[in-house]
Amino acid sequence: MSSHAYDYVDGNAAAGELAKIFTMDVTVAAGQCANCGATRRFAEAHLYMQCPGVVARCADCEQVLLRLVSIPDRVLLDLSGMTYLSFDTSQFQENNQ
Amino acid sequence: MWHLGKVIALHDETATTRTITLEVPGWPGHIAGQHVDVRLTAADGYSAARSYSIASAPNVDGRIELTIERLPDGEVSPYLTQELTVGDPLELRGPLGGWFVWRTNQTEAIQLIAGGSGIVPLMAMIRSRALAGNTAPFRLLYSVREPAAVFYRDELQALSRQDSAESVTYAYTRAAPKNWPRPPGRIDAALIESAAWPSSLGPTCYVCGQTSFVESAAGLLIASGHSPDKIRTERFGPTGDRK
Amino acid sequence: MAIISRGFSGRRSATDEKLPPGQYVTTGFPVLSAGPTPHVPLDQWEFTIDDGANVMLRWDWKSFQDLPAEKFTVDIHCVTRWSKFGTTWEGVSLDTLFADVKTDASHALVRSYGGYTTNLPLNDLLNKQAWIAFKFEGEDLAAEHGGPARLLVPHLYLWKSAKWVHGITLMKKDEPGFWERLGYHNYGDPWREQRYWSD
Repeated sequence: MSSHAYDYVDGNAAAGELAKIFTMDVTVAAGQCANCGATRRFAEAHLYMQCPGVVARCADCEQVLLRLVSIPDRVLLDLSGMTYLSFDTSQFQENNQ
Repeated sequence: MWHLGKVIALHDETATTRTITLEVPGWPGHIAGQHVDVRLTAADGYSAARSYSIASAPNVDGRIELTIERLPDGEVSPYLTQELTVGDPLELRGPLGGWFVWRTNQTEAIQLIAGGSGIVPLMAMIRSRALAGNTAPFRLLYSVREPAAVFYRDELQALSRQDSAESVTYAYTRAAPKNWPRPPGRIDAALIESAAWPSSLGPTCYVCGQTSFVESAAGLLIASGHSPDKIRTERFGPTGDRK
Repeated sequence: MAIISRGFSGRRSATDEKLPPGQYVTTGFPVLSAGPTPHVPLDQWEFTIDDGANVMLRWDWKSFQDLPAEKFTVDIHCVTRWSKFGTTWEGVSLDTLFADVKTDASHALVRSYGGYTTNLPLNDLLNKQAWIAFKFEGEDLAAEHGGPARLLVPHLYLWKSAKWVHGITLMKKDEPGFWERLGYHNYGDPWREQRYWSD
């Protein structure tokens, strides 16, 4: 049995790889798709992790949001599919006061 | 981010599923729903990594539990469920993921929907609630192939017996126990109607399982009036390796 | 520094046959995808060769099936380290498709349904080195493996063998494709282990 329509997981699964670069949790960030304008939590992105790298696609239009490739001496990140990523820092500000 | 845990106990949940208890020095604690990435390395340097939800509730004793289902064509799960033994080290990265979590300061009604091994992070939430003495009303709809495939049955039964604010409904998809009121079948609109919190209560819903299950269950919740904003999902990969 | 997991060897099996460096042999056929599987109805399928400005040649499924095809057996090597020996296919040689093409282009950008691209020197597509394959092991190529038709260039890593192939754009100047732009080697010879930019 294989369900071709469901060969993705979601943004949650990329948390470990993204933590190599981002100090904040990307899965809770809101992001806007540069192609269709949909704004969603990154955790809801369709994630393809079986290919050479990690490819996150918009849950609405399936265009690529983000790509990450880990090779022996570097990590490469392509964010060109997102207009922005937005991180809530209000909890950190409280700690700084 | 990488921790070195040590296996201190093993417990079989079903014929193909094992819970591994790990002692993890320096474990920073976690929130129910989070996962770890486990990495195995062969003697020649070849390595494979997989993500597993943490099954245990957040606590302060530096121990976590992972419940792992052996996939027929898996590369990592057969090793973890059959070869790994007490005393072995295990590398893990985490805790990871801050979206699919339930925090002990949440007070709203919670609807949990599990498909197969998707029960694991939801069990962490149920255990977290019990340990914290949180009284938010919890309902669990647990879809599983057959009775022998249920994880944590005794514990779920004990918890719902002790706590009237918590209930479990099983949905058997292939084979049900004798005299089961509902014939085997997937979760459908009627079951959501009868077993899940009504959307008017505004519960936060957590749906976890294989992608196809999650898409279907989340769709049913939305169709019955739950707002997509109140539905959190975690999708596991398809069963077995793709051939 | 990773610790060794006692008794773990992964899915690899021993082989006497010659493997490119860093590869292991598999008896399965893993499906690796960067996106949803496109489903292209045969009555809408087409394959084109263009020069960036004009379409030079176009085939629909019927005219494509009318071309002389050949059966061939090759070993394939994926950058994720699995290799599969003796895979059998049926397809149309790129030599056949390019028979009437006159061009001074040096490179090709292969384009797939769904948006995937990969680049390679035009010479690597010709001289019996590449096919547009539509059958695998005697059966119609499954969608998850690139059907109805995919490129097959077995002397390079399999990411160059674009699934769901849609067309080829001829280029006078090389331009990197989907993975080549993000760390993957521009050429990709498994025998020289050209996996990444630094190789």
